[in-house]
Amino acid sequence: METKYLRLPRLRRVYVWELPVRFYHWLNAAVIIALIATGFYINNPFALMSQKEATQVFTMGWVRYVHFAAAYLFFFNFLFRIYWGFVGNKYANWKQFIPTSKRFFKEMWTVFKIDILMLKKDGKEQHHLSIGHNAMAGFIYFLTFIAFAVQCFTGFGLYADMGGWWLPKLFAWVPSVFGGDMLTRQIHHWTMWFFILFAVIHVYLVFYHDYVEGRGEISSMGGGWKFIEEDVFEEKKHHTPNPRKKH
Amino acid sequence: MDNEMLEVKQPTYYEEVIRKGYNRRDFMKFASMMAAFIGLEKSSIGQVAKAMETKSRIPIIWLHFQECTCCSESFIRSSHPMVADILLDMVSLDYTETLMAASGFQAEQSLKNTMTKYKGEYILCVEGSVPLAADGVYCMIGGKTSISILEEAAAGAKAIIAWGSCASNGCVQSAKPNPTQATPIHKIITGKPIIKVPGCPPIGEVMAGVIVHLLTFGTIPELDRVGRPKAFYSKRVHDSCYRRPYFDAGLFVETFDDENAKKGYCLYKVGCKGPSTYNACGVMKWNGGTSYPIQSGHGCIGCSEENYWDNGRIYERGSSFAGFGIEADADTIGKVALGVTGVAVAGHAIATNIGKKNSIHNLETEGKISEHELPS
Repeated sequence: METKYLRLPRLRRVYVWELPVRFYHWLNAAVIIALIATGFYINNPFALMSQKEATQVFTMGWVRYVHFAAAYLFFFNFLFRIYWGFVGNKYANWKQFIPTSKRFFKEMWTVFKIDILMLKKDGKEQHHLSIGHNAMAGFIYFLTFIAFAVQCFTGFGLYADMGGWWLPKLFAWVPSVFGGDMLTRQIHHWTMWFFILFAVIHVYLVFYHDYVEGRGEISSMGGGWKFIEEDVFEEKKHHTPNPRKKH
Repeated sequence: MDNEMLEVKQPTYYEEVIRKGYNRRDFMKFASMMAAFIGLEKSSIGQVAKAMETKSRIPIIWLHFQECTCCSESFIRSSHPMVADILLDMVSLDYTETLMAASGFQAEQSLKNTMTKYKGEYILCVEGSVPLAADGVYCMIGGKTSISILEEAAAGAKAIIAWGSCASNGCVQSAKPNPTQATPIHKIITGKPIIKVPGCPPIGEVMAGVIVHLLTFGTIPELDRVGRPKAFYSKRVHDSCYRRPYFDAGLFVETFDDENAKKGYCLYKVGCKGPSTYNACGVMKWNGGTSYPIQSGHGCIGCSEENYWDNGRIYERGSSFAGFGIEADADTIGKVALGVTGVAVAGHAIATNIGKKNSIHNLETEGKISEHELPS
C-alpha cells in the first residue's frame, strides 16, 4: 500500500440532522413522490378499459383523494420545517438557506468552482468543506421552499372551491390573481417539474459527496450524523458561513 | 318635443306584460322562474312579482363595441319569451345600436337624452371590449372613439354590466398579440360597481337574472372575487356535469369517434375545460334547457374564463409553453430538461472520476489500509 502522502485523519462524529429534520425529510420525499405520481395521472389519466359501470369504479376519485391527502401532509410538514428553522439546531436554522452575508455568496461561488466546475486541484479542496449544508445546497433548498410555497398556494387555490374546511378556503383568492383556474393549474403543473429535476440532481449530489468526501453523506439522513475530519472540525469552530452572534 | 315625450310616466313591467297579451298566470310563472334563477327562496317570488308590478322600468343604455353581438342574440333567446318581450323591448330601448328604432342623429340624441335625464340612475350595459391602441381608432361609432363613448356614458351610470367575455375579460380580440389593445371594461372604468357576466355568449337566463335582480332589489347581486354574480358563477361546469361520474371513475373518451364517446364517457382527455370553468351551463343549459356543449359530446372550451384563448388548446388539457413554440407543452419541456439533467449528471460523474482521481484514490487507500490493519 502506498502511504507516502497519505495522512489518516481522525474523524469527529457530528450530530447534524436531528430526528425531526430526518422525519421531515423522508415524509417530504414520500409525499412528493405520491403527489407527482398522482399529479401526472390527474393531468393525463391513462385509458382504463373496464366493462363496469361508472358507479362501480372510482379510479380518478381515489387518485385525487391520495393527491389531496398527500397535499395536506406536505403542507403541514412544510409548515413544521419552517418552524424548525427557528428552533432546531444550527444546521437546520433558516440562516443556512437564506443568504444574509457576503460570506454566504463567497462560499456559494467556491462550491460552484470546486464541486460543479471542478476547477481546484486535489489537496486544496478541504477548506471548502462544510459540516451541514454547503452554501450552494442551502440556497438551492431555499429555492425549493419557494417552489413548495408556489405549490401550496396554487394547489389549495384550485382545491378551495371543493373543500369544506376553512383552511383551503384561505387560498381561494389565488386563482383570481392569475385570471382563473386555467393558468393557476398550469403554474401548478410547471412547478412540479422543478421537483423532478431537483430530485435527480439532489440524489446524484448526495452520492457524489459521499463518494468524493467519504464522510457518510448518504447515511447522515438515516442516523443524523456525519464524520468530519478533525482539522476541518477545528477550522469550522472559528467560522461558519452565516455566523451567529451567540456561541 | 323629445323632452315632453320623456316626461310621460314609464309603465311598469307588469303593465307592459299585460299590454302585450300575457295573463297573470304567465306573469307569475315568469316571476317564479326568475326568482329561482337568481337563487332566491320560494318566499321571495312575491318580492320579484311585486317589484315588476310597482317599479317602472330601469333606464338602460346598452353599448356595443368590439363584439359579435352574440350576447344580445343569447339574451333575446332566453327560454321564456317574456324575457325578450319585457326585459329587452322595455328595458333596453333607450339606446342600443342593434335593436333600437332610431338611427343616425336621432339615435345619438336618444343616448344623450337618457344620459342627462336619468343621470346617476341608468344602468350601463356594455357588450364588447374597448380598443386602446392608436388612441382608440379601431372602434368608432358616430365619429367618436369607443373609449370616449364609454367614459362619457359611465360617468353618469348607477352601475355597469359587462356583458360577455369581451367586456369582462377581453375575449378573442385580446388574445396574443392583441393588435388593437382590446381592453375589458373594469380596466378602464374605476369607481363604479361593475357586474361581469362572462361567457361567449353568457346564458340568456343568466343575463335576464342579473337584470331582474337589479330591478327587484335595486342593488347589484352578490359578486365573487372576480366580480361575477355568485348565483351563476360560483360552481365549475365540472361540478354540475352529468358526466362527472365517468370522470371520478376514470372512464374517458380517448378520441371523438371511439366507443367511449358513444357511451358518453367524460370528455376530460379530449380537452374539456369544465374543471377550470366557472359557469352555470351544467344547470341552466342552453336554448331553453335543451342542451349544452358537453351534452352534445364536445368538451367545454372555457369561454367564460379569462384569457381562455391563450390558456391552452381546445382539444388538449395541456397548454403550450410560452417561448418554446406552439407544439411544446409543459411536459415536453420537462422531459427535455430531465434528459439534459441526466446527461449533465452523467457527465459530471465521469468528470468527477477524472478530475478528483487523486482524492478518491486517497479515500480508497485510506479505507484499504484500515482494512488491512485488522486481522482477518
